[in-house]
Amino acid sequence: MPPLARYHIKAGLVHFAAALLLGVLLAAQPVFALPPQIAALRPVFLHLLMVGWVTQLIMGVAYWMFPKESKERPRGSVRLGWAVFLLLNGGLALRVIGEPLLIFQPGPAAGGALALSAVLQTAAGWGFIANTWHRVKER
Amino acid sequence: MPRLSVWMVRTALLHLGVGFTVGGLLLFNKGAPFDSAAWALLQVHVDLLIFGWIMQLAMGVAYWILPRFAQPPKYGRTWLAALAFGLINAGALISAGGQWVGSAGWTLVGRAAIFLAGVCFAVHIFPRVKPMEFVTPPER
Repeated sequence: MPPLARYHIKAGLVHFAAALLLGVLLAAQPVFALPPQIAALRPVFLHLLMVGWVTQLIMGVAYWMFPKESKERPRGSVRLGWAVFLLLNGGLALRVIGEPLLIFQPGPAAGGALALSAVLQTAAGWGFIANTWHRVKER
Repeated sequence: MPRLSVWMVRTALLHLGVGFTVGGLLLFNKGAPFDSAAWALLQVHVDLLIFGWIMQLAMGVAYWILPRFAQPPKYGRTWLAALAFGLINAGALISAGGQWVGSAGWTLVGRAAIFLAGVCFAVHIFPRVKPMEFVTPPER
């Protein structure tokens, strides 16, 4: 398995564990009368699970297993692959920081973090598409 | 990769791109609000990514990777999988569009098409969930 696929899958597992932990916190909020603002972290929970885990696992496995693009560039652009990894995980990390910040301490820092997170994750998505498109082909 | 898988996976990638872009707009709008009407796109984001991306990618990869039959047609009843491809894309787009414009009727049509896509694909792929078949070469 190439290093980038391993990084994607291992980072995905970290997001998976973080999402499940946040899921416990969300369920504990009404039971232990925790601050009601915690309930607003549901989007972070869903995106850690669906983007950080499911989509990132797909990205890792696709990079590893999809048909080779060519003999010279079997997995497309390695540089673009790493850029996608950094953009996706950087973008998600900014969201994990920005969403609670927006709830507990709203201001330009929180808003800026979320706006930047949006740009990074969108770029990651299109970067993955660009790098994968030519590998989706008939033999 | 068989042609139908190529179509499914590439179309799923397009749904990923559009779904991520819509999600990016929503998140940007949350951090730096520019249009309160943008929230109407939330269900478009969800439907494109759940049905158009994840579900369709799973179908495309399953059609490619699950055991084939030793005798033709190797991929089974291909028309059912092709029908599922058409239905899931029409369904995801109609459902997303219906929710965007607030039409319960179109949303229902879209979701029904997605349901039929799931049924067609399950009926197609069910017999291929089986042990590998090996064709022994004739003895000389």
